[in-house]
Amino acid sequence: MSGFDVERIKADFPILSRTVRDDQPLIYLDSGATSQKPYAVLDAERAFYETTNAAAHRGAHQLAEEATAAYELARAQIAAFVGAKSENIIFTKNATESLNLAAYAFSNATALAQWGTAVDPRFQLQPGDNVVVTEMEHHSNLVPWQELCAKTGATLRWISLTDDGRLDLSNLGQLIDSSTKVVSVVHQSNILGTINPVAKLMAAAHAVGAIGVVDSCQSIPHQSVNVVELGADLVAWGGHKMLGPTGIGLLYGTAEILDAMPPFLTGGSMIEMVSMERSTYAKAPQKFEAGTPMVAQAVGLGAAVSYLTGIGMNAIAEHEHQLTVHALNGLVAIPGVRIIGPTTGIDRGGAISFVVAGIHPHDVGQVLDNLGIAVRVGHHCAWPTCRRYGVPATTRITPYLYNSESDIDAAIAGVREAQRFFQVAS
Amino acid sequence: MSLESLYQEIILDHYKNPRGRGLLEAPLGTAFHVNPTCGDEINMQVSADADGGLLIGYEGTGCSISQASASVLYELVQGLPVAEAEKIRLAFVELMHSQGNAEPDEEVLGDGVAFVGVAKYPARIKCALLAWMALQDAEIKADLVMAAPLDEE
Repeated sequence: MSGFDVERIKADFPILSRTVRDDQPLIYLDSGATSQKPYAVLDAERAFYETTNAAAHRGAHQLAEEATAAYELARAQIAAFVGAKSENIIFTKNATESLNLAAYAFSNATALAQWGTAVDPRFQLQPGDNVVVTEMEHHSNLVPWQELCAKTGATLRWISLTDDGRLDLSNLGQLIDSSTKVVSVVHQSNILGTINPVAKLMAAAHAVGAIGVVDSCQSIPHQSVNVVELGADLVAWGGHKMLGPTGIGLLYGTAEILDAMPPFLTGGSMIEMVSMERSTYAKAPQKFEAGTPMVAQAVGLGAAVSYLTGIGMNAIAEHEHQLTVHALNGLVAIPGVRIIGPTTGIDRGGAISFVVAGIHPHDVGQVLDNLGIAVRVGHHCAWPTCRRYGVPATTRITPYLYNSESDIDAAIAGVREAQRFFQVAS
Repeated sequence: MSLESLYQEIILDHYKNPRGRGLLEAPLGTAFHVNPTCGDEINMQVSADADGGLLIGYEGTGCSISQASASVLYELVQGLPVAEAEKIRLAFVELMHSQGNAEPDEEVLGDGVAFVGVAKYPARIKCALLAWMALQDAEIKADLVMAAPLDEE
């Protein structure tokens, strides 16, 4: 496509010039698991440690001031990237922690209320209440809610899936009812690629007074997302899938919800006042950021969103869309290949899962690996979704801005090679 | 490393034509093991014949390495005294931890020697070991072996 220079982008990512498996060039198609990092991110982290390193939000020396400023600048950059205000963005360890922070708000509130602490009733659960998720959730947006239900006696419900990889919304009115306290749904499936109508689901949650949560791990790195327009109360995602470092995740929350939520991790940094008997807590985001924060990672992620913005999220989304359609068409054309998820590019992102008749997904992945092509195999932390489609696992390719059509072609040729090697008729 | 060194013909043959696959009518011990990172599954059953020989039953789903390994296991230990089977099991476990540098004894490991290449792929070692770990567990449940004999050699 005009103006999108993949080779120039590739040159920004040093790892993409290395070789693997007997000196073959690396073709990285596993960005859904984690993305690679450009020099801009690596340099920003290094520069922080070389010139500015100190603990943020404690100490009064010059370095401490500069480190605090760098940390908060990163927050502002990331907030702007998703259309939010700084005070609505919380730094966590990863998206899993962000979702646990959300789920623990409910179990903590329920426990606190039992012993007389005044908490917002929207966060208190009891038998008869329910929590609604979907059958395509990553385990990180399923297991915390299972735990919450086990702790409170609430019931877990889920929106089931259609054969073509979409949410079955035909009985939404029965699933989300006056006893629903939380609706937590994935924006873009990490295994099926499906992009879900989250604004509609958040509206359904709010119509019954439930709190709406969105897992945006696979959407925010790949398309322009305005978290306010999603209509959610809380939105979770991670830094490492969007060119940033590992060890940093994010949670957006509306001011009203963050104020009403009890804290998750407690200790240093998140307090207002502490005595031996009791403590009061700082306002968000500090209320949810106990302990020494991951300043260097925040600085790196700030550089990542600047890099992404420089290229343009719409241009990236368009590029990925073309790669996705190209991959889908190429895979569908191979006899014996079945796409797990939508088979067209409509309302669909770039996580492309498939199975090959007669060859286990691991073995497909091994043949690709032997050709220097990195893909993901397994259940992708979405085991119930695999069960829904009757497969033990899938092979998944997830392209990103640094992939070209030739990378996709190599993967498709690799699938044919797997069929040849395992002597499966194609 | 060539694909052929990982997937030796013997492995592909066991994968496509598994030996002894199927469950026992009256198992003494059953162990269902999964590899949670990838979803490979093995349901391993043991019993003993009148002479004290091991009887093996198994079913499973998973990659060629995990399923071929179960078939090789059956071929190697079916009918053997438990102590003999344990020697083979330990030899196979040792082979898998050899990083691909071992020269496995075909007298002991039979078709199991074909798995030497798997030991060079850390992500696949668990696939190869799945059935063998389930065997140990099933034997413990059947009171055929003592728990945790792994480190004695």
